[in-house]
Amino acid sequence: MSIDVLINLSQIIMLGLSTLVVMLVIAFRRDHKLTYGLTMAGLLLSLLIFLFISPADARQATELLVMDDYSLFFSTLVIISALAVTALSYPYFEGQQSRNEEFYLLLLMATLGGVVLACSQHFVSFFLGMEILSICLYGMIAYTVQQPGAAKFPLEAGIKYLLLSGASSAMILFGIALIYTQTGTLLFSEIPQRLVEAGQGNPIVITGWMMAVAGIAFKLSLVPFHMWTPDVYEGAPVPATTFIATASKAAMVAVVLRLVLASQAYEIDGLLSTVTVLAALSMVAGNLLALLQKNIKRLLAYSSIAHLGYVMIVIVAAGSMASSAAAEAVTYYMAAYVFTTLAGFAVVSALSNSANEQDQLASYQGLFWQRPWVALPLMIVMLSLAGIPLTMGFIGKFYVIQAGVTGQLWFLLAMLVIGSGIGIFYYLRVVYLLVQPPSAEGEQGSLPLAVTATLFVTSAAIVLLGTWPSGLIASISGLL
Amino acid sequence: MILIWLMLILFVGGIAAVIAERSNPMLPRVIALGALLLDLGLLLLVLFFPAMVGADATNQINIGQEGEWLVLFQADWIPQLGISLIFGADGLSLLLIILTVFLGLMSLGAAWHEITERSGFFYLNLLWTLTGVIGVFSALDLFLFFVFWEVMLVPMYFIIAIWGHENKSYAAMKFFIFTQVSGLLMLVAMLGLVFAHYQTSGALTFNYFALLDTGFTTEVGFWLMLGFFIAFATKLPTVPLHNWLPDAHSQAPTAGSVILAGILLKTGAYGLLRFALGLFPDESAAFTPVAMTLGAISILYTAKVAFAQDDLKRLIAYTSVSHMGFVMLGIYAWNAQSAQGAVMTMLAHGFSAAALFMVAGGLQHRLHTRDMRQMGGLWGVMPKLSFMALFFTVAAVGMPGLGNFIGEFLVLLGSFQRSVTITVFATGGLIVAAIYSLIVIQRAFHGEPKQKYGDVADLSKTEMACYIAMMLGLVWMGLYPQSMLALAESGLMNLGLDMSTGAR
Repeated sequence: MSIDVLINLSQIIMLGLSTLVVMLVIAFRRDHKLTYGLTMAGLLLSLLIFLFISPADARQATELLVMDDYSLFFSTLVIISALAVTALSYPYFEGQQSRNEEFYLLLLMATLGGVVLACSQHFVSFFLGMEILSICLYGMIAYTVQQPGAAKFPLEAGIKYLLLSGASSAMILFGIALIYTQTGTLLFSEIPQRLVEAGQGNPIVITGWMMAVAGIAFKLSLVPFHMWTPDVYEGAPVPATTFIATASKAAMVAVVLRLVLASQAYEIDGLLSTVTVLAALSMVAGNLLALLQKNIKRLLAYSSIAHLGYVMIVIVAAGSMASSAAAEAVTYYMAAYVFTTLAGFAVVSALSNSANEQDQLASYQGLFWQRPWVALPLMIVMLSLAGIPLTMGFIGKFYVIQAGVTGQLWFLLAMLVIGSGIGIFYYLRVVYLLVQPPSAEGEQGSLPLAVTATLFVTSAAIVLLGTWPSGLIASISGLL
Repeated sequence: MILIWLMLILFVGGIAAVIAERSNPMLPRVIALGALLLDLGLLLLVLFFPAMVGADATNQINIGQEGEWLVLFQADWIPQLGISLIFGADGLSLLLIILTVFLGLMSLGAAWHEITERSGFFYLNLLWTLTGVIGVFSALDLFLFFVFWEVMLVPMYFIIAIWGHENKSYAAMKFFIFTQVSGLLMLVAMLGLVFAHYQTSGALTFNYFALLDTGFTTEVGFWLMLGFFIAFATKLPTVPLHNWLPDAHSQAPTAGSVILAGILLKTGAYGLLRFALGLFPDESAAFTPVAMTLGAISILYTAKVAFAQDDLKRLIAYTSVSHMGFVMLGIYAWNAQSAQGAVMTMLAHGFSAAALFMVAGGLQHRLHTRDMRQMGGLWGVMPKLSFMALFFTVAAVGMPGLGNFIGEFLVLLGSFQRSVTITVFATGGLIVAAIYSLIVIQRAFHGEPKQKYGDVADLSKTEMACYIAMMLGLVWMGLYPQSMLALAESGLMNLGLDMSTGAR
């Protein structure tokens, strides 16, 4: 192992190191503020590490991981989400419960898992990263279980995620095993060549892919594998929900696109039509079910189902367009999705703490007149999710439609138009509530600095990167 | 550059209005007035002293073989996707921009006394809507056009949702969903067009002039054209996509209705002219029978529906759809007379409908009802307002000597050459219009009062000034239409209309 490899891995090493430090510090001294500070520092260091050490030319860090611009972009996205979640966690947990420190430990490890996922080009690292991420999430979701008056059902949410996520991991593992029996390789990029030798229509390979697709669809919460999403989003404490909604989804999408492009999975019989069905169902059912929600966490859960359905359009089209164009569309969309979701949950978190969550939509009525600087970001979030121009959400949708037109996926585009039409209804309902006369006198509490900063940075990013996207586009073009 | 200034002044004015509200709630409307007057001044400069604002021929950017563009501005925006900032105005755009700023002033007059709560945010939305509309009328990059097309909806949504009447939630939502979904169809068609252009020429661009000569097969072209058509026909609106309009108009505050009817509907007509016909001339020609039939159905059907309304604002809303049917007819008959007539109808309807909505809004403000069953005998109580109602009703019906007559007459004259049957049916609309208009006057203003009106004030000076300005405008259009037709002509020639023969 040469020093180059270590440099390439420095981001991952840094994350592992901070996990270790945080764990040791907790063992000796329980101090919420100290843990929080260390977590922040560790995340910031791992985010900025490549500013100081430029990665060596050898981009491959062992056979398992690859550090290219694409994985770097997604690991940055994951770490930024983790930073925002950390910033939200401190005021959320502070003063409510005696043992808050382990949450940061889980968060750091989950981030590590996400970064590994974003860098993986091999089924082993894929599975490892996914499991590190999921196992930490079980703990994060159920974290407030012993707290009276906490988010409604953290234990239910945790167990639900544990069982279903475990089952889907098993599915993916079985699928990988089946593919391995026929191709003899676990490296994504070797699959197409080996597949030619094994025969294109090999039923075992197809079965393997289908099982993998089912498991991945669960992790991405595509309909009909979405049942866990609203319950987990609602039951988990807001910071954990934020992490599931952003970092874990972004990392998963990153590896899925790499897998699809490298293994040329779109050549497999029936795979594209399966994903097409999943995407169409997600877009329509996700948006339809969101209509019925009275809880903003559940609303955002269903909305995320729909948005991942939109992303799947690019995945379906990936085979018929340049891989760099597909990567550009997916990265922009996920960046838009992550920033928008972060800002959305930051608003929920700003109004909540672990003893009292403000997740009922009704409690947002008139917020724009009472606390405009909290309501304005939520308004921007809703408009961005609805895909109104001058927000990142619109450019993202623009990319998706462009991919759909390039791949001539008229059916999926029709579903996108229908889904977005339904979507506007519930996004605008939130905006409408915000601007109505307030129902009760709201308190004018001031926000902690970290939350204000998160709100400001994410919502400013949504508007600025949506209005002048050329800078971001320049940095994500030609990634894969 | 002048177009950017027009938009910037309104945009910054909106922000200033919100800030000013903190010191004095009366200040925002003054700021809005200042911004609009400044814009109007700039537009007058463009019209009469083009050299002063760099809008004369020497300062034009020459783009291909296209005709005269009065004002052009060009800059990069998102070069990776072939998207640039191109603003330009020909005679057609300029006429509509002037209409926008003028009706912006009128809506300000309507809001002057009506909007008392949260005035800063109201004027922000008002000015930003106008900014978006000016953008729509001047954007010559398809992506840029789409951005303005969608963005102008958001402030309009707030105007309806915050200051609207009893059923505002429903109306605002319906308005937004209709235009958004049809807008998405247009976005798909737009990207399809850009993709087709990319495949034939190898250049990724949203530039309107570059896309003008995109080669595509007739079938592909038809579907692309349909995407644009649906979006614009929803906005115009035309039957059967008109459903959002009566709700949005009747629930919006007066200033909102004025902008909706006076200006926003015209963006649909403008889109049809500039994009549906401009980009797809052959496909549109093939589509003419369908579009003209839809126009005629709009005229007759909504005129009949208007007749059945008790709600004054709903009635005027339906008559708007009916008049927009003439615009549709004129645009698709596509010869010198009919196209000129469509433009004239757009302008004249902007004035008459805006004034009628101000009448209805004024009545609601004073009587707290829009229901004509509770009116009657208003002439004795409010003679000035009643006179204005009569004048603009008669104008809307198409009294010779006023702008609407010129527009409708030219439309019918032109479409007669295209299809006798459709024109005969469409002309029937004029008769129905006379019936529903006179019924309004009789039910609301003549006869016995249905209730004790108590002490209601007649028109204030602000309102009077607005009505008189619009009156003069309509008389000007009716007596000296050539001043506007000449401006419109250069714009229509840009779209490939041969004025001498009237052929495509």
